[in-house]
Amino acid sequence: MTIEFNTETFRGDFTYHNSAEAIARFPFPFPEDKYMYSVNIEPHVSFRPGSVYEHPFDVDEHYVSEVADRALVLNEDPLRSQSLPHMNLAGWDLLELLMTNLSESYPQWFELHQDGDRWHWINRPLGIDDTFTFLDNTTLPYGPMEYIMRQTQGDYALLDQRDDNLWMDAGVITTQADWSLDFDIGMNFMEWHGPVPLAHELGVFERALKFLLNLRQGQPVRRLNWTMTVHPRLDTSPENYAKWGVDRATVTPENAGEYMYLRVELQSLWRLPRSNAIVFPIRCYLISLQDLVTIPKWGRRLHRVLRDLPDELADYKGLTMTRPSVLQYLSQFDDGAQTSAGTFPD
Amino acid sequence: MLVEGIKSRPIYSPLVARTGTLHLFMADGEGAQAILDLATTASPGFFERAHICYIPRAAAGRGFESALQALNPAAFYVGPTVAAALPRLAVELANAHMGTQIYLAGTEGMIGQAMVVALAAGVDQASIQREHRGSEARRVQCVHCKGITEDVTTQPAKCAHCGLMLLVRDHYSRRIGAFQGVCVDAEMPGTAPDPEEAFR
Repeated sequence: MTIEFNTETFRGDFTYHNSAEAIARFPFPFPEDKYMYSVNIEPHVSFRPGSVYEHPFDVDEHYVSEVADRALVLNEDPLRSQSLPHMNLAGWDLLELLMTNLSESYPQWFELHQDGDRWHWINRPLGIDDTFTFLDNTTLPYGPMEYIMRQTQGDYALLDQRDDNLWMDAGVITTQADWSLDFDIGMNFMEWHGPVPLAHELGVFERALKFLLNLRQGQPVRRLNWTMTVHPRLDTSPENYAKWGVDRATVTPENAGEYMYLRVELQSLWRLPRSNAIVFPIRCYLISLQDLVTIPKWGRRLHRVLRDLPDELADYKGLTMTRPSVLQYLSQFDDGAQTSAGTFPD
Repeated sequence: MLVEGIKSRPIYSPLVARTGTLHLFMADGEGAQAILDLATTASPGFFERAHICYIPRAAAGRGFESALQALNPAAFYVGPTVAAALPRLAVELANAHMGTQIYLAGTEGMIGQAMVVALAAGVDQASIQREHRGSEARRVQCVHCKGITEDVTTQPAKCAHCGLMLLVRDHYSRRIGAFQGVCVDAEMPGTAPDPEEAFR
């Protein structure tokens, strides 16, 4: 695979952009013309070469610039990277999982050489060539989780398993859809999902938790989640909400195609071997509405999903103010034709 | 009573005298009454192994100090503020042995702060008894500046530190011992509604 890594920004002048290839492989999240919560979990197996599902951890044209944006966030606010003391081993588990998978999926960019505990890691796109001792924190410039996260797209949370529950006890969270690691760290599965409307009553979280407690090593699972963001801003954190919330008031039917982005999270869940923790990657993909409607099926379907979305959900996803403009824009691309089942373009 | 259905908020229930080698009580305001109620069913000699730390706050002058002292606990301390009393709790926990029971009663803010100290000492949160009594005022952390505003009774509420008008969410962090406050008028600055009493 030959990819040119984009030079682009996710703040300020927002030069983020998707190539034609990136648009075609965008993980559109709606298999039908309506949306409601469900436990939409499936095995995280490889399929459709070239899609975001081909490799266990997708690396795309935004890799280098996303990692640079993460460094900016961590510099401004170190609380976005936290690990409770008992999660250090899980951090090493995660480092191993990523290094082994990335070097297998993308040998042209990543190399891992293991000589007992002496590991040699090469990351060519970022110009990193490090040798360290596995399980020895003093041989890395950061803790193991933060070290590998500074070379990874997407947010990662580490979940400890005890008392028949999952506890969010570590994470590096810089590209989040409006939730705070600093506030939620130490919470259990029900607690950190507390603010989500409707889903508790549907029993979604009880079923999901029961499923995840039995997650097995080597059998990762995935699901998609989504929201919308004004501009291609990765860091839509509650910490900075007072700075980015005002963007919502600038959206009009005329600029919605350019300003509004569908934000899709490819979430996967992996059992880790030594710590028995679960790692929860939340990988964010952004696409402007004007790029999205170049796939006619997606334009039609997104219009219908947003039009019929329950108000509580629209409010929780922060869409209340922008939805009228978005609907007016998208309605031009919905001729009422039937759409095919499934998420992929026709 | 407190608003129900907040998944992240602790569940409060009446204190029950448990078997233990040491009983550590921390209470503020009307939380004293929770200890006095427990005393009516506790076995004889229970308070000979009890330490009581009490902060009168709004209940000062209602005779709770003398009523608690009359239980003849092994140690009795009246603190001027919650903040002043917390280091004492930390030291007691650092010296505690197996079989120590922890009882917290009073305002949600005090209970939350004492929980933070207890969790830092390695106590399992499920083993700590908590009974809410008195004011429903909330302890709120501003998610933007991270400052804590105590005894919040209105919605929205002004952050005592950065001055933003905050929506007080029904989302509670045990680790911080506070509810989350999020800017209420970020989309259109200056349009925050006037504060109204929401937590009495």
